[in-house]
Amino acid sequence: MSDYVLETKDLVKHFPLTTGILFKKQIGAVQAVDGINLQLRRGETLGIVGESGCGKSTLARLLVGLETPTSGAITVRGKDISRLRGGEMRRYRRNIQLVMQDPYTSLNPRMTVGDIIGEPFDIHPEVAPKRDRRRKVQELLELVGSNPDHINRYPHQFSGGQRQRIGIARALALQPEIIVCDEPVSALDVSIQAQVVNLLKRLQNELGLSYIFIAHDLSVVRHIADRVGVMYLGKIAEIGTEDEIYERTTHPYTQALLSAVPVPDPKLRGLRDQIVLEGDVPSPADPPSGCRFRTRCWKAQDICAVESPALTVRPGSDHPSACHFAEVRDVVHAVE
Amino acid sequence: MSDLTSAAAAVGGEAAAPTPTGPAPAGKKEASASLWADARRQLVRDPVFVVAAIYILLVTSMALFPWLWTRTDPRACDVKFHRTPPNAEHIFGTNILGCDYYAFNVYGARPSLAIAILATTGIVVIGGLSGLLAGYFGGWVDAIISRIMDIFFSLPFLLGAIVFLVVVKDQTIFTLAFVLVLLAWPTIARIMRSSVISSKNLDYVHAAKAVGATNGRLMFRHILPNAIAPMLVYATITLGSFVSAEATLTFLGVGLQAPAQSWGIAIAQHQVYFLEDPWLLLFPCGLLVGTVLSFILMGDALRDALDPKLR
Amino acid sequence: MTKTDVTASIDALPDLDHSAPLLQVKDLHVEFRTRNGLAHAVNGVNLSLQAGESLAILGESGCGKSVTAQAIMGIIDSPPGYITQGEILYRGVDLLKLPEAQRRKVRANKIAMIFQDALSALNPVFTVGFQLAELFRKHRGMSRQESRQRAIELLDLVKIPAAKQRINDYPHQFSGGMRQRVMIAMALALDPEVLVADEPTTALDVTVQAQIMALLAELQRERNMGLILITHDMGVVADVADRISVMYAGRVIEEAGVHDIYSTPAHPYTKALLQSIPRIDLKGQELHVIKGLPPALTDIPAGCSFNPRCGYVQDVCRADPPPPRYPVAPGRTSACHFWKEVKGDE
Repeated sequence: MSDYVLETKDLVKHFPLTTGILFKKQIGAVQAVDGINLQLRRGETLGIVGESGCGKSTLARLLVGLETPTSGAITVRGKDISRLRGGEMRRYRRNIQLVMQDPYTSLNPRMTVGDIIGEPFDIHPEVAPKRDRRRKVQELLELVGSNPDHINRYPHQFSGGQRQRIGIARALALQPEIIVCDEPVSALDVSIQAQVVNLLKRLQNELGLSYIFIAHDLSVVRHIADRVGVMYLGKIAEIGTEDEIYERTTHPYTQALLSAVPVPDPKLRGLRDQIVLEGDVPSPADPPSGCRFRTRCWKAQDICAVESPALTVRPGSDHPSACHFAEVRDVVHAVE
Repeated sequence: MSDLTSAAAAVGGEAAAPTPTGPAPAGKKEASASLWADARRQLVRDPVFVVAAIYILLVTSMALFPWLWTRTDPRACDVKFHRTPPNAEHIFGTNILGCDYYAFNVYGARPSLAIAILATTGIVVIGGLSGLLAGYFGGWVDAIISRIMDIFFSLPFLLGAIVFLVVVKDQTIFTLAFVLVLLAWPTIARIMRSSVISSKNLDYVHAAKAVGATNGRLMFRHILPNAIAPMLVYATITLGSFVSAEATLTFLGVGLQAPAQSWGIAIAQHQVYFLEDPWLLLFPCGLLVGTVLSFILMGDALRDALDPKLR
Repeated sequence: MTKTDVTASIDALPDLDHSAPLLQVKDLHVEFRTRNGLAHAVNGVNLSLQAGESLAILGESGCGKSVTAQAIMGIIDSPPGYITQGEILYRGVDLLKLPEAQRRKVRANKIAMIFQDALSALNPVFTVGFQLAELFRKHRGMSRQESRQRAIELLDLVKIPAAKQRINDYPHQFSGGMRQRVMIAMALALDPEVLVADEPTTALDVTVQAQIMALLAELQRERNMGLILITHDMGVVADVADRISVMYAGRVIEEAGVHDIYSTPAHPYTKALLQSIPRIDLKGQELHVIKGLPPALTDIPAGCSFNPRCGYVQDVCRADPPPPRYPVAPGRTSACHFWKEVKGDE
């Protein structure tokens, strides 16, 4: 038992590839998530970053029960919830909720905002008696900084940022401990992103929430996360505190990723360590043997093709990294 | 949405979002803004839809309350006065049996419409439900339902209808409606199925699932309202085509039989007189075509009004 | 027509002035007639681009930057969009006043555009090679053999590996980054002088973004092209642009060189925007929030369109006419009555 509110152990999700119309035969699998070990503490924000195809969205769906794992365990409050069904699953969902990426498609356009936020109460009637529901919905709207009088409006009457607030209100309805945020600000304008990120931080402080914050925007993640995990092709390449990852990164992929993020400061032009990767991301249906990053890595040696590096603390570094040749390198600040 | 069209759409979308947060401008009523209400508002402003809808209402009232339209008994026929052209006493003239043709056509609306409405209801319920289940569950449920659909699809419409009706021998409104449902449900099921398949992957369906919604709730509360529009449009247009289907089958002799009175019978009975007494065909044909056209136009207008992309 | 023929006929245009800026937009107004009213997407935009220069048009969604680009390219759907005022000058020649055939020739040969989503900008049913070669067959009258060879060269130019094989692939067989390269290749086929890039890397992963931006920079240098980069990403702009025009509600509210804008912004909107973006090299500072929302384009506030959200607002800002482009320094303007205060606040 631990003080972790959420823990995953060797979490795996493979999507089978099949042929045939009537009798399907499996010819391979997309290894979307391939052995993830995570821990989330109470009140903490764990950021998960990675590019498209790394499996972070699949991870989000696994955590909220929209997918069942191929193998491995997801433990919430000490209980393995990865194999729950029916009523037990429904009750589990009260502990962990989801905020989705696209505010334009994550709200049912034919339901009023009040119905959308109140739906969790309909599904879990034990949380709030019927006569209290309207009031609770209005409280939630206020909590996320929206006008409670708008309870009878429809999603299309709101802007993107406001819709995202409604999505957050919906996620808060059941008073979960954990909220999985799957790219919650990627689809928003820059100035609106700030509003929503600030809101999420405030809610975390006020309500003691724990977040799994999944994003591809490394600047935003730095801003909100306490700890960060970097994913590549279904595995975690590196994991550590925000400081460790951004200031003392050791994994080549993380280094390439961070060096590619442009900084809004023209004075730094040409002064940062630029790592430009060659080639494309390999297909998750056919990942390279050994270390998955080796096909694009400038440090690759023979051992990388043979032995898959374990996610452990490497010599000379202070946090786990899955690389045989992990080495600290500053790619965020200007090189002297 | 392609980049090239996104300009107008994006600007249109931006324009459509009113300045929110903060009280609504003074004096503005909070009208219902659901997509249905929006569609309704758009439809009543569409002159084509309004004209078509009025026509349908008139025809429906003919079917439901024929006595409002004529006091004459359509069965009070006097053969002595057969085939008189339209005059003051008989505004549509009389038919080959000497019945007042106007009354005949008014009373004829009922069976024609009744069959069409019964049949449409039938395909919506059966086709809609099977499409919903097939699309939502996928897997073997879909495989079985789709194969059944395919079997019915391969039955040729006219031939199948004729054979069925000849075999059944008892040609009432209900048997006609039944055969139409039997042969036409796969099309609407297929429409519904593809609509459901594209709806079930929408984000808000996943969001509801993540909250813990059951399959039933997902199907009927989230997917169905959003998948139903194409089916509604198709059903409206099909209503029209069923009216003409009845006329066709009756014309071919396998539909309703005399002494029943319907537009189809009117056309069937008077086909040979077209050159001598054209009005005998013109009136039922005109009513029939008008009805079918109105349903088609309404269906078109409905599709435009329900298309959320044009918001 | 060979390339020399085309150049000759364009050079023969009246008003053509080789000393004028490569591309200029003067007082452009674009309206959209929508179901909900008249949307003023562009309200008096002025831009100027020289050869070899990178101009970034920066703004959030709905500010009119994409519509401006589409006006330059002549691809606004009409209806519902209409250019109601303004001039678009290529080396002094007003494209809007040219007869259709000449306008199309100038646009096809001199100005090219790349979009955000390569998958919808490329035709999915033709191979990439076919689409590229077609440009040469149609506009340069080359033979099939020649145009195919040129197509392979173009794919090499944008660094697509194994160009000879990939020329027979369809767009969906390329990854996102590769498709973007194909689109760049198509844009460069006829050697344009101006390249308009509308959010070219927004949909790409950040590592691919870095590759594509590096490629664009290199190609621009080699060909001395003018680049108009339309984006909302202030990080990309800082890396790439020489000059920046910031747009809000259809107007350019600030123009400056890239260093000036980041260090001493002279417009409240630019300033607020800079304060609201998280930076990867700074730890979790408080992100400033711009209160309120951008206006609906059918209902733009009188006076300065930013006034409901501005921290420096006074009465004069709320009344028409909207603030003019005050000269802040040579080559630098700001559409704010109080730009001195905003700038000096640092």
